[in-house]
Amino acid sequence: MRKLALNDEILLKIEKPARYIGNEVNSVMKDLEKVDIRFAMCFPDVYEIGMSHLGIQILYDMFNQWEDVWCERVYSPWVDLDRIMREEDIPLFALESQDPVKDFDFLGITLQYEMCYTNILQVLDLSGIPLEAAERTEEDPVVIGGGPCAYNPEPLAEFFDLFYIGEGETVYRELLDLYKKNKADGGTKKNYFEKAAEIEGIYVPSLYDVTYNEDGTLAAFVPNNPHAPRTVKKQMVSDLTMTYYPQKPVVPFIKVTQDRVVLEIQRGCIRGCRFCQAGMLYRPTRERDVEKLKEYARQMLKNTGHEEISLSSLSSSDYSRLKELVDFLIDEFKGKGINISLPSLRIDAFSLDVMERVQDIRKSSLTFAPEAGSQRMRNVINKGLTEEEILTGAGQAFAGGWNKVKLYFMLGLPTETEEDMRAIPELADKIARKYYEIPKDQRNGKCQITTSTSFFIPKPFTPFQWARMYSNEEYIARAAIVKHGFNDQLNRKSLKYNWHDAEITVLEGVFARGDRRVGKLLLEAYRLGCIYDAWTEVFDYEKWLAAFASTGIDLAFYNERERGEDELFPWDFIDTGVTKDFLRREWERAMNAEVTPNCREKCSGCGAARFGGGVCHESKN
Amino acid sequence: MKARIKFCKYGSLRFIGHLDVMRYFQKVMRRADIPIAFTGGYSPHMIMSFAQPLGVGVTSSGEYLDIELTKPVASKQTVAQMNAVMAEGIEVVSFVKIPEEKKYSGMTITAAADYRVTFLASGRSAEKICPVPEDLKEQVKAFLAQPKIKVLKATKRSEKEVDIRPMIYAMEAGDEDIRLFLAAGSENNLKPDLLMEAFLGFCGKEKEAYPLHFHRMDVYARNPAIPADAMERNKKGVGLVTLESLGKEITG
Ligand code: SF4
Repeated sequence: MRKLALNDEILLKIEKPARYIGNEVNSVMKDLEKVDIRFAMCFPDVYEIGMSHLGIQILYDMFNQWEDVWCERVYSPWVDLDRIMREEDIPLFALESQDPVKDFDFLGITLQYEMCYTNILQVLDLSGIPLEAAERTEEDPVVIGGGPCAYNPEPLAEFFDLFYIGEGETVYRELLDLYKKNKADGGTKKNYFEKAAEIEGIYVPSLYDVTYNEDGTLAAFVPNNPHAPRTVKKQMVSDLTMTYYPQKPVVPFIKVTQDRVVLEIQRGCIRGCRFCQAGMLYRPTRERDVEKLKEYARQMLKNTGHEEISLSSLSSSDYSRLKELVDFLIDEFKGKGINISLPSLRIDAFSLDVMERVQDIRKSSLTFAPEAGSQRMRNVINKGLTEEEILTGAGQAFAGGWNKVKLYFMLGLPTETEEDMRAIPELADKIARKYYEIPKDQRNGKCQITTSTSFFIPKPFTPFQWARMYSNEEYIARAAIVKHGFNDQLNRKSLKYNWHDAEITVLEGVFARGDRRVGKLLLEAYRLGCIYDAWTEVFDYEKWLAAFASTGIDLAFYNERERGEDELFPWDFIDTGVTKDFLRREWERAMNAEVTPNCREKCSGCGAARFGGGVCHESKN
Repeated sequence: MKARIKFCKYGSLRFIGHLDVMRYFQKVMRRADIPIAFTGGYSPHMIMSFAQPLGVGVTSSGEYLDIELTKPVASKQTVAQMNAVMAEGIEVVSFVKIPEEKKYSGMTITAAADYRVTFLASGRSAEKICPVPEDLKEQVKAFLAQPKIKVLKATKRSEKEVDIRPMIYAMEAGDEDIRLFLAAGSENNLKPDLLMEAFLGFCGKEKEAYPLHFHRMDVYARNPAIPADAMERNKKGVGLVTLESLGKEITG
């Protein structure tokens, strides 16, 4: 029997000990004697969040298919265990073998959102690995980062040895073979990093020097080593059907956020919303073959025993074989007590019909994400959803028996005026009116329209990467305008309004578009005790303010200025396929509130066609 | 058709709580293709009920759940099918057919459970077992001789004082462990840790000084063949039988 890293006393004292014992169905055990590389794959957040992430399950499965590699999982210990591990000097361990992370060859950390950055330092610290890459020795694991935030790795540059830019299914094999070869040849880690820099998609931060202008903007970003290329090219899977997909995902004992089989039907999005980073990063849109998906659905339900299956994509309605797939899932599994969940569907006659077949209308709610209240603002962000479409969809849904609607908007978008803000409650009220147009005896009580707003954060590699953000106070003032707007509405009793925290938004902004210098802010905040910043019950803004004060990092420089047309960005050395020219054209069209057609209507020549797959080449097949 | 599953729980899975064990078995049913019946309605769920929850940290060699089947399956093969899709730490021991009537369901008929209590060198590990301290062993008789044993029992809203003496059917100290036979089920239920706390208190000891491990050996029902008043004799083997023994092997 496996020996657990934590003793019984600790396990019986902490919340949810099942987070730390491993041994779940489909988790992979291997014989240490028979593997060459030990890879610890970390999601730097609590188990229930990390276990819900599809990307990790894909990579875990891929790595473990390779005989010479044993990939194990690591998550952030929750604050209760964090305290105990520090007090009792217990090193962080991987779930499968329960061995210390420090004994591994690699520690891979997925970078899904900026607000888990302090948890990266927590993971390194608890593992006993020096926080700064420069301090590490030959004995420490190679620390590699990947995922969406790796597209601006600079705030984390000091803490990682390598970054993997692109989709994980592509160059890991090459990277690991190189590691084995380097080790066999008696090479040092430095030798390895130099050779790794020659693999497309691998960024080795220590091999680049950064200089700044007097105004604080970036002056130059250049390799300091002949092995390092000037630009690092994003790696992408060109055929989504012929790649890895986990047919035996790990089944947690405790309830996790995504406690179901997840079918990734496509990657990327044809729509081109100007605020959306995923929509730009994962270009071009690639679909997975419908027959393959049917087979996966069967296999994965059988292998996990889950009672729910869900489709995953940025915009499910755009999947060309959606109807066929959904019909299959309903016919095949509905009778077996399997729930089918279909997120990110556009509300129209088809989706309403499907939803009626898969869920209890009385309990479920409809979701619209118009993202902006006025048509002008929606044109600016290129969200091709009109008021008419929203009202028609809502009207059909109300007629079908629904009475709950959720609406999502963003505040603080470029060019936003008070009028645009007020348009949010007005739109919510129009939807409510649509409901009350139905004769009273045919209605299902009152309707409930819940509106949530978040504050817009400009992300690298989007047309809005030049945009400014606002101060904490300004965000709260904008939310207050919306709040007042709700009080003026006819159906205010049926309308509910929530808004997100502005403090977290501001920090996220700094890290999203920060440069190497903000690394020290992160380090200082961590030293002051910040972890789990994405968790409001743990988040401590005061400590962050103290960290800004002591490091002299100027928040306004990062957030509160519109960047110049010619400004060199910290992430410009990455080539995502989508050109900076295209992004700038899109920024200018946004300023004129001009809509850009989606990839299926008309190609806009973003540059991603050079990958040679997906939607760019659809018509030519 | 109704069936009863007996399973054991050991190793790291003792840290999985009761609700999670229920979720675990729902997924086992699907993985092992057990033809389990569902309730009707808009969101149907499996017809499955557990006899007696087990506390976190406690191991067991006699846990039970009853299920409803849509068609008969053979005992032997079903046990193998389920064990093929299990995580280490839960293992199905038997699968038997039980009578249809509600009064035979595990939840309704559970009346007692027996436990083995071991003394540990430290609370850090349930593996290093110490002999039962002599001074404690000697006190068992005197402890049981009390006409009433009052303890504070936490209820949903408050605490109340109850006499647990009638719920202790047997308590015997050996060299290696103390064996308990206690009331269990919906009517009267005595948790072994509560009893041991009362016992250590009676001996004038701090419970912190004696880290213990609890192992449930089996769960018992009133034997429907024996009149209820026989139960009052509080003796194992007279009025009580294991839940497993009330079922019959299903042959394929
Ligand atoms: S090249 Fe054209 S079709 Fe391809 S992703 Fe870019 S805009 Fe869309």
